[in-house]
Parts: sequence; C-alpha cells; structure tokens
Amino acid sequence: MRSVWALAAMAALSVLTASTITLAGEPKQGGVLRMYHRDSPGNASIHEGATYSLNVPFMPIFNNLVIYKQDEAQNRMDNIIPELAESWAWVNDNKTLTFKLRQGVKWHDGKPFTSADVKCTFDLLMGKSQQKFRQNPRKSWYNEVNEISTNGDLEVSFNMKRPQPSLLALLASGYTPVYPCHVSPGDMRTHPIGTGPFKFVGFKANESIKLTRNTDYWRKGRPYLDGIEFTIIPNRSTAILAFVAGKFDMTFPTEVSIPLLKDVKTQAPNAVCVVEPNNVATNIIVNSSAPPFDNVDIRRAMAMALDRKSFISIMFEGQGDVGGTMLPPPQGLWGMPKEMLESIPGYGPDINANREEAKKLMQKAGYGPDKHLSVKVSTRNIPVYRDPAVILIDQLKSIYIDGELDVVETANWFPKVARKDYMLGLNLTGNAVDDPDQSFYENYSCGSERNYTNYCNKEIEKLFDVQSQETDVERRKKLVWDIDKKLQEDVARPIIFHARTGTCWQPYVKGVTVMSNSSYNGYRYEDVWMDK
Amino acid sequence: MFAYLVRRLFLMLVTLFGISIVIFLLLRIVPGNIVDILFAAAGYVDPADKANLEKELGIDQPLVVQYWHWISGFLRGDFGYSYVSEKPALQEILPRIPITARLAGLALLFSASIGIPLGVISAVKQGTRLDYALRVVSLSGLSLPSFWLGLLILTASVAMFNQMPIFNPNPATWLEAFATYAVPAAAVGFRSAALTMRITRSSMLEVLRQDYIRTARAKGASEAAVNYRHALKNAILPVITVIGIEAAFLIGGLIVTETVFNIPGVARFLVEAIRWRDYPIVQNLVMLMAVVVVSANFIVDMLYAVFDPRIRYTD
Repeated sequence: MRSVWALAAMAALSVLTASTITLAGEPKQGGVLRMYHRDSPGNASIHEGATYSLNVPFMPIFNNLVIYKQDEAQNRMDNIIPELAESWAWVNDNKTLTFKLRQGVKWHDGKPFTSADVKCTFDLLMGKSQQKFRQNPRKSWYNEVNEISTNGDLEVSFNMKRPQPSLLALLASGYTPVYPCHVSPGDMRTHPIGTGPFKFVGFKANESIKLTRNTDYWRKGRPYLDGIEFTIIPNRSTAILAFVAGKFDMTFPTEVSIPLLKDVKTQAPNAVCVVEPNNVATNIIVNSSAPPFDNVDIRRAMAMALDRKSFISIMFEGQGDVGGTMLPPPQGLWGMPKEMLESIPGYGPDINANREEAKKLMQKAGYGPDKHLSVKVSTRNIPVYRDPAVILIDQLKSIYIDGELDVVETANWFPKVARKDYMLGLNLTGNAVDDPDQSFYENYSCGSERNYTNYCNKEIEKLFDVQSQETDVERRKKLVWDIDKKLQEDVARPIIFHARTGTCWQPYVKGVTVMSNSSYNGYRYEDVWMDK
Repeated sequence: MFAYLVRRLFLMLVTLFGISIVIFLLLRIVPGNIVDILFAAAGYVDPADKANLEKELGIDQPLVVQYWHWISGFLRGDFGYSYVSEKPALQEILPRIPITARLAGLALLFSASIGIPLGVISAVKQGTRLDYALRVVSLSGLSLPSFWLGLLILTASVAMFNQMPIFNPNPATWLEAFATYAVPAAAVGFRSAALTMRITRSSMLEVLRQDYIRTARAKGASEAAVNYRHALKNAILPVITVIGIEAAFLIGGLIVTETVFNIPGVARFLVEAIRWRDYPIVQNLVMLMAVVVVSANFIVDMLYAVFDPRIRYTD
C-alpha cells in the first residue's frame, strides 16, 4: 500500500514538474527588446537599400506575400509559408503564380490591404509605375515577370515570361515586403507604413530606431514584445561592452566576429551565442579586359595560388567555409559536394602542388623568380575587405606576383570598379537568398549591373536559364553544381571563402532564430519574447 | 569709431564670404558624392538612376548655381534638407548643438579646475617628489589618445562595476544627467587639463621669480597669499589664452569621445555627414561654426577698441 502511495506521489510530482516546465517555456507578453545597431541606415525603405542594416530594424514593420519560416534556421523552398497570402498555386504550365490574399489585414494607418497594394509594389520594383524608387537594386529579380494582374481585392497573379520556380524564394526574402499603394516611396524612406507586427515610431539618424507593438496585427497573439529599440552604436568595442554590461538584450545580428565572440563568452558567460554562415562570399574580381589579367594563364595561376584554409584560420580561427559561388553544404542548399569542389584546379588539398602548377603557368606567361609581376590589389577601406586583401597579397608572392594594396574609400569603390579602373580587386558578395537564380543572374550574367568583371559566357548563360526553369530540385542541383564548377574553372570571380559570424543574446531572450544560409531574411521578430 | 566699426564689419563679411567658398569647394574636391555613396551601399551602378537622383538633389547643376542656392538659402535661414534623412537640415542640427555644448563646457571646466590648481602646486613644490609625480600625470595626459582613454574607462567600468557609462538620452535625475556627461567630459578634458597644468606651472615659475613676489614675501605675506593672490593672478593670462585655444581644438577630441561614448552630439554628426557627403548638413553646420567664431572675434575687436583707444587710430 505504501508503495502505491509513493508511486502516486511520484506521478503527481512528475506531472507538476512537467507543467512547471511548460509554464517556464510558455511565451510571455511584454517587454521592449533593446538591441544595438551597427550603423545608421541611409533611410527606412527596404526596397531602396541593399544592406541588412536596413532589413534588421525595418523588416518587423512589414509582411511579405510569403516568407521563410522564422523559427527554422535554414531557408528552403519547403519552409516557405504564407504571410499576406493565404495560399498560392502555379498554373498555366508554371507560367503564372497566383496568390489568394488574407482578408481583413490593415495597414498601420488603418487603411485596408488589398491586391492593389501588391500590384503597386511589384510595378514599382519592375519600374512600371509612374512613381519611382530613388534606387532599385533588385529590379533584375523580376526580369522574368511579364505583369502583375489582380482579380478582385483578394487575388493577385504574377504572369511570367517563362517558368521560374525560384520566384517564390525571392518573394520570401526579407528584401521583398509589400508596400502600401497610398504612401509614396519618399514617405516610405522616412516614415514606413506596413502591415507587420511592429509599427514605426521614429528613426533618429545616428541615434536610434524605435518600433512599437502593432496591437491590430492580423496574427492574433503576436507579437509578444511591446516594442523594439535599436541604439545606433557604430563603435564595435563600445557596443560589445554595452551588451556585456547588460545595456542590451541582443547584439546586432551576425555582427560579432569570431575573436570578439570569445571576449563576449568570457565576460558574459551566460550569454547565448550562435555562429552561422552569413552567405557572404569573399572573392577576387579580376579586370580581364586589360593586361596582365587578360591572359587566362595568369588568372588561373592566381586562383591556384590561394590557400583558402589559411584565410579562414587567420581571420575566423578556422570557422569559415571553402566553397564555390553557392554556399557550401550542409547550411547551403546548392553548394558543390566536397569531392567535386576538390577536383577544381586550386581547390585541391595539396597547396604546394597547386602553387607549383601556378608557377608553371606564370613562367609560361613570361614571369619567374627574376621577373615578378607587379599588381595593385584594390579594395574598400573597411576591415572585412582590407584584411583578406593583405593576406591575398602575401599569398600571391609565392607565384611571382608582387601586390600593392590600394585602399579605396567606399564612395569611390563602385564607380572605380564600374569604369574598370583596377587590376585586381578584393570584394564581398552577399546573397539575400540561397538560390542560384539570385546569385548567377546578378553576378555572372552578361550585362548585369552587379557583374563587375563583365564576365560573359553565352554558353553558361544558357545553362543559367535551363537550371532556372527546372522544377525538379535534384536535377536542378546537378545543373547548378556544373555551372558553379565551370565558373570557378573560368576564374570568373574566384571565391576565397564563405564567412561565419556570431549573434549573441541574453539568456532571458527567447524565440530568436539565426538564419544559417542568409543574413537578410530572419528579422520579423514576432515570435521573440522575454522571460523576465 | 564708426569708420573702424564699418571697416571691421566689412572685413568680417569678406572673411565669411571667403570661408563659405572654401567650405563649398573643399566638399566638392573630396572624391564622390551622396549619389556615389548610395549606389555603393546598394552595390550597383545604374547610370540612369544615378542621373535622376543627381538631378533630384540638384548636384548636377553648375557649381556656381549650386553655391548660389546654398548661400542665398543660408542667408534666408533656409538650410535645405538633409540628403540622407530627407528632413530639414536645421531640424537635424539644432537638437544636437546643446549636447555638444554641454560636453565641451564640462570638459573645459574639468580642464581648468584640475589643470590650474595642480599647475600651481607643481610650481610651488618645484623639484619635489610631488612635482615629479604631477609632471608624469601631465605628460601621460598629453600622450594618451582620448579614444584609448575613453575605451579604457568603459572597459574598467564594465569590469569593475558592471556599469556602462554611455549616453542616456532620458536621464531620470539631475545626478544621472551629470554622470552622462561627466565621464566623457573627463576623458576628453584630461588632455586639456594636462596642457593647462603645464602652462600654469611654467607661467607660475616665471612669475614666482619676479621682484614683486620677493617684495610680498619680505612684507610678511603668507605663502597662500603670495601664490594665489599675487603670483597666480599674473600667471593666469597665458593660461586663459591656452584654454581659449583649447576650446576651439576641443571639437577634434569630441568627435572621438562622442563616438566612443555614443553621444549623439554635433561633432560625431558632422563626421557622419561628411562621410555621406551630406552637403546641406556639412555646409550649413561648418558655416554656422564659422559665423560664431568670426562674430566672437568681431565682438572682441570692438571691445579692444572700447578699452584701448589707440587701436581705433592705429588699425
């Protein structure tokens, strides 16, 4: 009998414990999330920017038609969920993408959201409306969209020139919010109006950005937070110290470098820190339209001289990834498998053998121990650019190339690159979406504005279109690998490494998910709450 | 007197006109403009979009036209709109001025209240251990860059007290408000205090060797009276001059201090505006500073003339 009572007591205790655990894990309403911001964004309009400095503070104001699930780290096609859309369907031989829209959604100023707003937004992005954005950096994303049509207030269709399955991925990016028709692009730069979980309160340049809870949000019970406050602290040391001292609940996402992460963990051992790839590739841009890099042998030699692992160990204490254009697996969806990657000249594990090959190519081009090639290595005057450029110069010495660092102020970097006023440049390329369409067309397509090197290969261009229309993911993956391999062999834009960075938050902050294959898409913050 | 005033006024206007030209041209000599920076941040260059934006902002117009638009607006009190925030430039500049003014004032106060007494002590105790110690302190003040000192203060505060003395825009109490400014003011004022101390010391040493000091002592005046009433009174003039010059140089130190302590003052704002090539902010802000300095000089010149009649005839 005594054992029965004991058993019952134990059962009651375990039920109580379980319910306590559930209660502790239950999201709580309230609190203002305090975060520092790494710099002052130029404006508040996500569509007119190309930096996640804009996405992080302003993405919570908006909704997309669809979005990557915010509580899963990896952005994939199968975790795209409806947001302002309730459902979608590909029809007309995959040439029309139709969305049924959510009913009863209101803009923060009280006006109703309709299909007209979706049409306005994408007409603006495609440059088809009377009003214009000051800047429209992602216009090329919609090159295959013929027109946007509406059917009543709650249905909208994207009519395509040809099938493009990845359009859905582009629409799920943090870069693709729906804007209201009744607010001008100019006003969206200074006082954005959205349908999202948080409303815009104010943006003081170089000071702060404040958001408050949208009490009328269509997703009932969300957001949990009363607001989000970003304090702009450009000085990284000050920002990290303030986080350590508890002035902030969270660091700016993916902004803590690996060496700094160690400091944070030492000084704030309770902080939760996550390191993930940010899908930003450090690469070399080569001016192949002028000597000496018009000689393909010299370009190949340069690519073969790279010791990628050294870059990663010097800069990230080993926490980085070697890959091609697409982010390597497992975080990356489209990166080449290791064996395929290592079969590309210069990617093999024997660096000395690679460099011997490179030396032979240099000697073939007329250079050797007695005749070195002098080049200028241009790069932006920012540490993330400058530091790898210095290592690159050091590595090029091993194949008779004497590099001289040419640091260029940000304001002059793109104009300089655009007018081909460089020999060799060290560049960073960020990918908003882990999808080959975004990467290939933007960076390697003939005539693309972001194709700084003017690499143009009509054969590969055809392959871009083939993979873009392929609906079978496995078949598309193989096509993408072949293209990526060819791009590396052509030394179109040699990829050095894919960086990893850290994000930290205080232990009472819950519901934060750091995306592992893009740093542009995970900042809706409607599921974040504070356990205090 | 009237002719003197007119002549000075004319000179002041010519100076301001010259300054306006220099400000305007210097900004245009710096490579790149706001449009280049915006497109660099967006990572692409579309010549048509670029041309449209340059037209919208008016930076496609000839320099003479741009200058006229700016200077005529400035004279009317119309400072235009910030290229970056798209808000009226005056609205952006005005709230930041008191923050920097408070910080600068407190830094100068710190500099004078620490530098002068320590300089006097160092001079009076010349050659003693105390003098050597104070000279080491003053040398370290001149050698330590203010950004390093600022970071050191922040790191020590976090390590020792788990407190971070960065700017609090809404202090609850007067004491909290004072603390917001006191620590950065001390960081920036330390160098200035060290300089003040050195100047005070050398000036005091010079005065202490004068005959009238010996006479005061011979008449039985106390050491305190000799040092503070007789010596310091005469030694203070070069110190005041130096503090005045330091006030002008302080803006350089404040840029760094405002950055390290994250203070949204006008100094950091000016640097950010220069980085963005935000012409309406930079031009108007620098011009405002120039007007203040030139006007102060004008007033001093007038006062000289009032107090020293010879100036009216010789100048």
